[in-house]
Amino acid sequence: MADKEKANIPETDEGTIVFNVPFPDDLSGLKKMTPIIIKQPYQIDYIHSYGQDSPFFAGLANKKILGTKCTRCGYSYATPKLHCMECGSECDWIELPQQGRVHTWTTCYFGSEEFLKETPFNLILVEFEGIDTLLLSRLVGVSQDEISIGMKVSAKFKRNSKFKPTDVYFVSSPDKEEKA
Amino acid sequence: MRPVYMISGGVSKFTKARHDKTFQGMVKEAFDYTLKDLDLEFGKAFEIIDGSVASYFSDHFQRQLMSGIMVQDYLGLCPKPSHRVEGGGATGGLCFQEAWKSIASGNMDVCIAYGFETMSHVNTWKGNEFIALASDVSFDYPVGGFYTGYYAMMVIRHMYEFGTTVEQMAKVSVKNHTNAFYNPYAQKKIRPTVEDVRKAPMVAYPLTRLDICVMSDGAAAVMLASEEGVRKIKKATKKKLNLVKVTGIGRGTDAMRMADRPRKNVILLPHESADDYKNLKYPGIHSFRAGRVASKLAYEKAGILNPGKELDFVELHDAYSSSEIQTYEDMGLCKYGEGGKFVEEGYPFMPGIDYGLTLPKQGKIPVNPSGGLLACGHPVGATGLMQAVFALWQLQGTIKKHFGNNTLQLKDPKRGAIHSHAGTGTYVTVSILEKEK
Ligand SMILES: [Zn+2]
Repeated sequence: MADKEKANIPETDEGTIVFNVPFPDDLSGLKKMTPIIIKQPYQIDYIHSYGQDSPFFAGLANKKILGTKCTRCGYSYATPKLHCMECGSECDWIELPQQGRVHTWTTCYFGSEEFLKETPFNLILVEFEGIDTLLLSRLVGVSQDEISIGMKVSAKFKRNSKFKPTDVYFVSSPDKEEKA
Repeated sequence: MRPVYMISGGVSKFTKARHDKTFQGMVKEAFDYTLKDLDLEFGKAFEIIDGSVASYFSDHFQRQLMSGIMVQDYLGLCPKPSHRVEGGGATGGLCFQEAWKSIASGNMDVCIAYGFETMSHVNTWKGNEFIALASDVSFDYPVGGFYTGYYAMMVIRHMYEFGTTVEQMAKVSVKNHTNAFYNPYAQKKIRPTVEDVRKAPMVAYPLTRLDICVMSDGAAAVMLASEEGVRKIKKATKKKLNLVKVTGIGRGTDAMRMADRPRKNVILLPHESADDYKNLKYPGIHSFRAGRVASKLAYEKAGILNPGKELDFVELHDAYSSSEIQTYEDMGLCKYGEGGKFVEEGYPFMPGIDYGLTLPKQGKIPVNPSGGLLACGHPVGATGLMQAVFALWQLQGTIKKHFGNNTLQLKDPKRGAIHSHAGTGTYVTVSILEKEK
């Protein structure tokens, strides 16, 4: 019985082109009319500039993770900021190590429409030795029960750069492999 | 600053989809309820109302810009002053405070705050995409933009720092769903057990579908007034008003990218000391600094020294069961790290309701008596105002009148707090409401 209840044809957004609907002679019936619901498509390509953050993406294309460091107070950013949140001064670009540790993590079994087809996927915030802030990335090749805070991870890069933050991702990096 | 009073409010029933009404029609329901509760007819209301503030989060959900003015004209409030407020999940809380400012500054004597969201106009997963656009689209969104994923990472760190458990989170869900069972405005009518919450489909570990609020269509409205405004309303209605005073407001912020948040010292409330948090790096990923600052500022204005003892109830932004636990701590209802134990022992549960749990401290300081976002729903722009309305009715002692039953009415509450929260704790508002003697 339970299976019978669950059996259904999935709803989709496809519809039928309709050019008219039934209409009552008596206008007093109109307030009881069910709502007319139409499909309204919306699609746009943005011209998105990375502006002052652009070198980060150029770095990923060249297999380097770039962060920034404040020229005045020395605070360092794993996700680049070209001005320091601590003192307002300008930051310089620095190269980050390609190994780090998992600061926190999750495994997403659902997601936004754009990423649904990639589920399940792991998100991590990576901490790098000596760097004050973190970097959001994917952790690839491990399942939920293999991930823990503090585990060592190392960077891998896409060969064909897409100029997206996903050009870098991380994999588990056991101690013995780290020196290789 | 002039004293500001909350006079009346209204909420449309939150549901998954209100295809029968446009957003203007939904706000009209909430607005009309606000007037009807005062027996104030529209003509007299129009004479008295000086202006309004509109609250809605996303232009994407409707593909309609300037929705605010379309509500203003539908309500018949043109040509009075109005503006739109937007700040993610905290939009409603910000709107409430903008209306407060209009009164407190002397700019208006009577101001209407109204808010809405129509999230049913896109499918759930597209909706999640729109919400995720409230994260840095250069660095965060493309990695796998998903708000439940972000909050999951925050609570994983909270569990690591403090030993918070998934069962403790599930108890928040049990509490809020059970409370909402007695709230006719709530979207969800289920009474899950801890086991049900944990067995629900996993969305982003450790958060299951029952740890997360749902998308909703809904609207809410609130009327605020100065002393002069109160006199005008009394004159127009020839009625004694059941007043609630807004005795403090506070707001805080934090960096959009969680990755950028500092790891420093805890910002202390008066009843805490630095010794409480010797080895804690703050806020890190586990706590909401914006919530702490908003609370601190609101408490200072209202003269609250120990919120856990001086507040009778709190309506807070529980978009996730985990963020309710984190918010107990930000608001100082318990110390940082004790949020899990706080719910486990029963403090934030309602007195007199059977939750099927052993709760030695049940009802010490009820949190989300209404059922919160987890069970009432979260039509973003309406949410913060919904909390204000439910808190108003709680302090007025009129829950039975509005809900049709007395189960969620606390016995003679004097002071409550409402808390509204945006994207991973970027904007947070706290407002303190007190029953006028
Ligand atoms: Zn600096």
